[in-house]
Amino acid sequence: MSNRKGVYTGNELIALAAIDAGCRFYAGYPITPSSEIMEVMSKELPKVGGAFIQMEDEIASMAAAIGAAWTGVKAMTASSGPGISLKAEHIGYACITETPVVIVNIMRGGPSTGFPTAPSQSDVMQARWGTHGDHPTIAIVPGNAQEMYYETVRAFNLAEKFRTPVFILGDEILGHMNTMVELPDPSELDVVEREIFQPKDGEKYKPFDMSKGDVPPMGAFFRGYRFHLTGLNHNEYGYPTIEKDMIRQQQERMMKKVENHADEIVKNELFNMEDAEYVIFAYGSTGAAAKLASKVLREKGKKVGVFRPITIWPFPDKQLDEVIASGKYKGIMVAEANLGQIIYEVERVNKGRLPIKDLLKLDGTPVSPTDIVNRFEEVF
Amino acid sequence: MAGYINFEYYLRQDYRNLQWCPGCGDGAILQAFFRAVHELNISKDDMAVVSGIGCSGRISGYIDFNTMHTTHGRPVAFATGIKLAAPDKYVVVFGGDGDQTAIGGNHFIHACRRNIDLTIIVINNNVYGMTGGQYSPTTPTGFKTQTTPYGNYDSQFDIVNLAIGAGATYVARESVLKPVILTKYIKKALQHKGCSVVEVVSNCHINLGRRNKMKSPHAVLDWIKEHTVPLSRAKKMSEEELAGKVVTGEFVEIEKPEFTDSYYKLCESLKGE
Repeated sequence: MSNRKGVYTGNELIALAAIDAGCRFYAGYPITPSSEIMEVMSKELPKVGGAFIQMEDEIASMAAAIGAAWTGVKAMTASSGPGISLKAEHIGYACITETPVVIVNIMRGGPSTGFPTAPSQSDVMQARWGTHGDHPTIAIVPGNAQEMYYETVRAFNLAEKFRTPVFILGDEILGHMNTMVELPDPSELDVVEREIFQPKDGEKYKPFDMSKGDVPPMGAFFRGYRFHLTGLNHNEYGYPTIEKDMIRQQQERMMKKVENHADEIVKNELFNMEDAEYVIFAYGSTGAAAKLASKVLREKGKKVGVFRPITIWPFPDKQLDEVIASGKYKGIMVAEANLGQIIYEVERVNKGRLPIKDLLKLDGTPVSPTDIVNRFEEVF
Repeated sequence: MAGYINFEYYLRQDYRNLQWCPGCGDGAILQAFFRAVHELNISKDDMAVVSGIGCSGRISGYIDFNTMHTTHGRPVAFATGIKLAAPDKYVVVFGGDGDQTAIGGNHFIHACRRNIDLTIIVINNNVYGMTGGQYSPTTPTGFKTQTTPYGNYDSQFDIVNLAIGAGATYVARESVLKPVILTKYIKKALQHKGCSVVEVVSNCHINLGRRNKMKSPHAVLDWIKEHTVPLSRAKKMSEEELAGKVVTGEFVEIEKPEFTDSYYKLCESLKGE
C-alpha cells in the first residue's frame, strides 16, 4: 500500500518517479532551477543500491549516463538550458548509438546564462534540434505536478521501447511549485523493463540489426558476448561504415522508429473542446494557465477550448490536423513563454486554414491565465 | 608467461578496416596491451575498452572486447559511467595527447582526482594525427605542424605531472621502443585498484616527423630514443642535462580510497533505510 501522500515540488516528483520507474543511475551537474532533482537522487539512489555521481561538467554527466546505460541499467541526467547546450554533443551520441536515456530540462530564461531563476519555454526547439545532424526526438511537456511524476515514468518507458533519448521539458514554475500529491505504490505502475538481448548458441549480437523491425534489440556489456558502439555511421554490427546504402538505411530507420510510431508516443489533453468555437494551443505550465483562462472566458460567454500537447516531439500533426479539419473552430491562439517557437509548427499543420493568433511572452514571469484572457479578448 | 600469444584471439575477425599508417606506434602499443591482458588471464567478457577520437580512438573498433568508440576527449567520462555501474569489471580507456590533455583534460583530471578504478592509456605522439597534423598540448617547442608553420611557440603539458598533480594513484610512462617494460606497466595498471595512467610516448612520422626532418618511422623512433631518459638515470642528471628530455619509468604507486568502493560501501551502510 502506498503511504506517500505529501507536498512535493515538481523536481522532487521527477526524481521519485525516476526511481519508481527503475532508474538506477544518475549523473549530473548542479544548475538552477533543476538541482533539486540531483539532490533527491543523491539521497535516494544509494538506498536502493543505484549509482549516483556528480560529474565534473554537463558533458561528462551525459556521457556517464550513456556509458551506464550500456551496462544494462536505466539512466538519467537533468539540467537546464545552458547545461543542455553542453550535453548536446552526447545527446547526438545517444541518438546514433540508440541509447535509452532520460534527459530532464527544467527550462529557464535564455540564451546563455539568461534568467536562471525564472521560467521560460524557450528550449522546445533546442530539444528538437539541439544536437547536430538528423536525428529523432521524443520530448514530453508535463503540465502539472501529477504529470511531473507520471510522465517521468512514461519517459523511461518510451526510452526503453524506442531505444532513444527522451526529454522531459519542465520549467522553473513546474520544477519549484509545491503540490499535495499522493504517490502510487511503484508496483501499481506500468513500467517497461529493460529487455537485454541474450544470444542463442553462437549467434552474434547486432546492436543495429535491421531485420528486427524499427527498433533493434538492446544489448549490454559484460553479458558473455561482445560488441562495438561508435558515434560514426555504422553497420548492423556497430562497425564504422562508409557504405552509402548502409548509412542511408540506418539513418532512415533511426528516424522512422519514432515517426512510424508517433501514435504510440503522442499524447494530448483536449479540454473544453466539445462545444468550443476557439482553440488555445498551449503546453507545460502555460497549458495549465490556458485551462483556467478557458473557464474564465466561458464565464464571459466565449466558447474556448484548449489543445494541450503532453508530448511535444514528435509534434501531434495528425491530432491537430483532425481538430482543424473538423471545421468546428473559428481560430487558434498559440500561447507560449518564448518569442515564437511552437507556433510555427501549428502554422505548418494548419496550412492556412484557420486564423492563428499568438500570445508570446518572455520576461521572466510565467504566462498567467489573465495574460491569456486579455490577449484572447484582444485578438478574437 | 611471456610465451606464445594468439593475437587474432584478441582482434575482431569481422572488422579490420585499419586506419593506421605503416610504421605507426599504435600497433606496438596494442600488442603490449594484449600481452598484459593475456598474462593476467583477464576474460574478454569482463573488460570494457573505451576510446576517444583520433588515431588512438580507432583501437576500440579493432579489438574483441566490450568496446565503445566515443567522442573527442570524453572516453573517460563514458568509462566512469560504465565503471560505476559495473564496479567489478575492468574498464580501460585509450586516448591520445589531444584527446586526453586538450579537449578531454577536464575528464582526465577528475578521474585522477576521484581515483576511480580506470586504466587510462594515453598514447602521446605529440601531434593531432588524424586531422592532418596540427600542434597538440604536447608538441615540443620549435616543432613545425600545420598550425605552427613557423615552429611551435606554445607551452607543453607533462602528462605524468598532470596525472600526479590531479591525484592518480598509479602513474607510469614508457615509449613504444620498450614494449616489454610497457607491458609490465600496463599489467600493473590493470591490477592497480584506483586510477592508473600509463603514458606511452609514440611516433607519428607522417604528421609530425615529416615536417620536422624525420620522414621515416625510424627517424622518429631515433628521436624518441634520444630524448627519453629512464628515471634511474634521470635521478643522476642535472637540470640542464634534463632540459627537453622526457623521463620514463614508474612515478607513483600508492593506495588511496577508490571511488566506486567508497560509493558502494555507502550504499551498504544505508541498507534497510
